[in-house]
Amino acid sequence: MIPAEFQPIVYALVYILVAPLLGGLIAGIDRKVTARMQGRVGPPILQPFYDVGKLFEKENPVVTVTQNFYVLSYLVFMVVAGALFFSGGDMLLVIFAFTLSHIFIVLGAYASYSPYSHVGAERELLQIIAYEPMIIMTAVGMYMVTKSFFVSTIVSSAVPIILYLPGVFIGYLIVLTIKLRKSPFDLSTSHHAHQEIVKGVTTDFAGPNLGKIEIAHWYEYVFLLGVIWLFFAWNPLVAVAAIVVAYFLEILIDNTFSRVKWQLMLRSAWIIAGTLGLVNLGVLYYLGMVVMP
Amino acid sequence: MTYLAKSPWIVHYNASSCNGCDIEILAALTPVFDVERFGIINTGNPKHADILLCTGSVNEQNKVPLKNVYDQMPEPKVVIAIGICAATGGIFRECYNVQGGIDKVIPVDVFVPGCAARPESIIDGVVTALGILEKKRAAMLQKGSAEGTKAGETV
Repeated sequence: MIPAEFQPIVYALVYILVAPLLGGLIAGIDRKVTARMQGRVGPPILQPFYDVGKLFEKENPVVTVTQNFYVLSYLVFMVVAGALFFSGGDMLLVIFAFTLSHIFIVLGAYASYSPYSHVGAERELLQIIAYEPMIIMTAVGMYMVTKSFFVSTIVSSAVPIILYLPGVFIGYLIVLTIKLRKSPFDLSTSHHAHQEIVKGVTTDFAGPNLGKIEIAHWYEYVFLLGVIWLFFAWNPLVAVAAIVVAYFLEILIDNTFSRVKWQLMLRSAWIIAGTLGLVNLGVLYYLGMVVMP
Repeated sequence: MTYLAKSPWIVHYNASSCNGCDIEILAALTPVFDVERFGIINTGNPKHADILLCTGSVNEQNKVPLKNVYDQMPEPKVVIAIGICAATGGIFRECYNVQGGIDKVIPVDVFVPGCAARPESIIDGVVTALGILEKKRAAMLQKGSAEGTKAGETV
């Protein structure tokens, strides 16, 4: 058994080592399921690993050398955010590191001279504006239920958090579509073969730099699905089922909706998801303060 | 076999083709042929691409964009000229503004014949190009070790 004081470090290390493998596998299954939904055979499950392996075999043509720094920072802070989360750290700190990593990818896209890259960066910023309030509301909701911002406390809570936070959960699923770069909210860049404004934020990244962005996505997948786990943490089996169902729904939505304009994305994330989250938090506050003080 | 051959991403450039070959390229991406099962993705961004699929006879207007697309692709890369126009200029070869085949502007590795080229022969051309891509990668590594650089290094 691991001593209690080393447990956070061990969990963080396990995340750093296992998350890219798991994330790549999720991406591969995603592509396979997507292909089957479109009546195609689809690529092998391990295709994302082949893609990244290939990207590291290519030369690295950079437009400005600062790009290298921004891409590396994006990857590092994504890993830090996930490692903090899985080591049971403070949710607010996790969200801070998570946002910071996305600011780095936006800076990286702005650092180049391509107008496509700039459009992608602007759209990425809009996406951050859209999903950020809901992510914070998720943390606040979990605080209201468990009285702690620490993931270690939230995950060991025997309370079925989902029953207290159904609105927040639906809101989180809505912004998850933005975060996973799924249609209808895949504005800044997309994993599909279609070519919206060339490739958005990734336009001017090639070779190993693009590979690093892909690996950061894999870390991100595991972190985002880990947040779903928190809602169902009282029962691991239900949590795994919830993650599978939620991800399948995301793929289904991805394949049934076309991309929307940024205005509708912002409205969906703020008005619909935000209202669901705020009403949910308001009801919790009322119950906590008035009904059972 | 390297990862290159398992994940060739393509970029498609139409150098004043009649659109016949382009439709056949798109046909290769549809569920019937589904080239994504070989890891082939149509990227639309030369910086992400390994293979340049080029159709049509090059003319004075588009030889610069074509050269530009080619130059933006990171090494190792291959060029496939699709259709008879891309190979020789085809029926347009005697037009006053037509340069002739793609090889007048950029080096071509594989020629896919046909008017229009069939999706099967386009896929065959891409598979042939994969072998060339691997050879170029090996040559790049050799050249790199001679000059003290390796793949993945900033250039």
